[in-house]
Amino acid sequence: MDNSSKVYVDVNEDRLKDGRLVPLSIVWEDGTRYAIDQVLNVRPAASLKAGGVGLRYTIKVRGHKTYLFLEEENGVAKWFVERK
Amino acid sequence: MPARTVIHADLDNFYASVEMLHHPKLRGHPMAVGGSVEQRHGIILARNYEARPYGIKVGQALWQARQLCSGLIIVPPDYNKYLRFSRLFRSILGNYSPQIEPFGLDEAWVDLTGCLAKHGSGANVADEIRARVKFELGITVSVGVSYNKIFAKLGSDMNKPDGTTVITEQNFRELAWPLPAADLLGVGRATQVKLRKYNIRTIGDIAQSDPNLLKRWLGKWGLFLYTYANGFDASPVAQAGEENVIKSIGNSTTCPRDLENDKDAHIVFQCLAESIAARMRELGLQAKTVQISLRTNDLYSFTRQKALVQPTHLSTELCSAAMALLRAHYRWDKPLRSIGLRGTNLEPIIAGRQPVLFALDEDIRRRRTEVLEYVIDNIRRRFGYFAITRAFMSLDPQLGKLNPKDEHIIHPIGYLRGDAS
Repeated sequence: MDNSSKVYVDVNEDRLKDGRLVPLSIVWEDGTRYAIDQVLNVRPAASLKAGGVGLRYTIKVRGHKTYLFLEEENGVAKWFVERK
Repeated sequence: MPARTVIHADLDNFYASVEMLHHPKLRGHPMAVGGSVEQRHGIILARNYEARPYGIKVGQALWQARQLCSGLIIVPPDYNKYLRFSRLFRSILGNYSPQIEPFGLDEAWVDLTGCLAKHGSGANVADEIRARVKFELGITVSVGVSYNKIFAKLGSDMNKPDGTTVITEQNFRELAWPLPAADLLGVGRATQVKLRKYNIRTIGDIAQSDPNLLKRWLGKWGLFLYTYANGFDASPVAQAGEENVIKSIGNSTTCPRDLENDKDAHIVFQCLAESIAARMRELGLQAKTVQISLRTNDLYSFTRQKALVQPTHLSTELCSAAMALLRAHYRWDKPLRSIGLRGTNLEPIIAGRQPVLFALDEDIRRRRTEVLEYVIDNIRRRFGYFAITRAFMSLDPQLGKLNPKDEHIIHPIGYLRGDAS
């Protein structure tokens, strides 16, 4: 079943020595790289729109607030965003 | 004993809800999760609320369900996903108390008695858990709050989906007693039929019966039901971690075709026995009791068990015990649709175990079998399950092709016995 609202993305990230993960920029499907200006909040959450669960990063990109999810499944962690 | 606060949390339509979360297009349409038709595990495992008005029920054959609702969307189960959600669910529960007793993947009891100072009332915690599960997992859970496990479980079923029900020592007569007897944990189909014969239809009827009569009708079980119905159940919620103590190792399978005779059953029991024996050896355990479960093609099922002379982790011995039970208790009036095998009463495998007296030859033969089975484990670990199989398994390619060890077969943990599959 194709799920067009869930978009897995490449993310450039920093791994801090306390284990925290800080996403720095996202590469959208068309190849454009968007810098993440700020991480406002991190908490576990479900994405009803994209269909998935994980750690939800509330981020600010070019002045817009949006969500970036870190989904961990079978030991593999992947980033996804919700298509608008 | 001071009053306890126990909650029972039950994820609503678990498999179906997880699939709907992952596939937003399924939402709002009647859908169900069902086993694959090719292998004849063709039954509904879960369905959403939209499918309910059509009469779709868990346990129905897929073809039956399609007849009732032609637009029903059936998706195959994805157990890895459900295991993952089950873990996430339990870790949310773990925030409120360490005393969690899972009941299958989608249900658990939590004893909050010592933890309320921090979290407020049982109902508060229940509401908070519901909110968190909805937000963090994207599915809903219903919670029963009570002073014993039985009423807590009853409560989690009363206000579905996404509801909290509180059953107290004051209101249980109004809330629990009018419910049908079958809603009480432990009243299965057979018990229900017996109770109806004595005109016992509700939980209240059980509670107000003479316990001696219940005992006469149902045996020891009758007394359990009397205790449950009156809210006297005092069974503790197991500590977190205790569920890891494995009390039994078993497997069951719906066969690719109905079994007609001892020979068919032998092939399948041997498949199951090899999987169980290999798991026992992985865990360093052996069984003192063997239990079989049989289900006929008209879906009547029952179990039989027997103690072994000597504890075993050998597939041949498990299989011959299973066959002995089958021969003693089944006459092949009906073909069998599914069979299960289980080793219970487990104990650690001890290196210098006691040989059976006056059976030295037997003991040597047993040691050889043991070595052989370890070698088979090794070969399979390295080259795959079908790298080596018994010759008689290829007599029936369809039945012999079962590989139960690597298939995901998940059974809920028994309430009283506490088996782990």
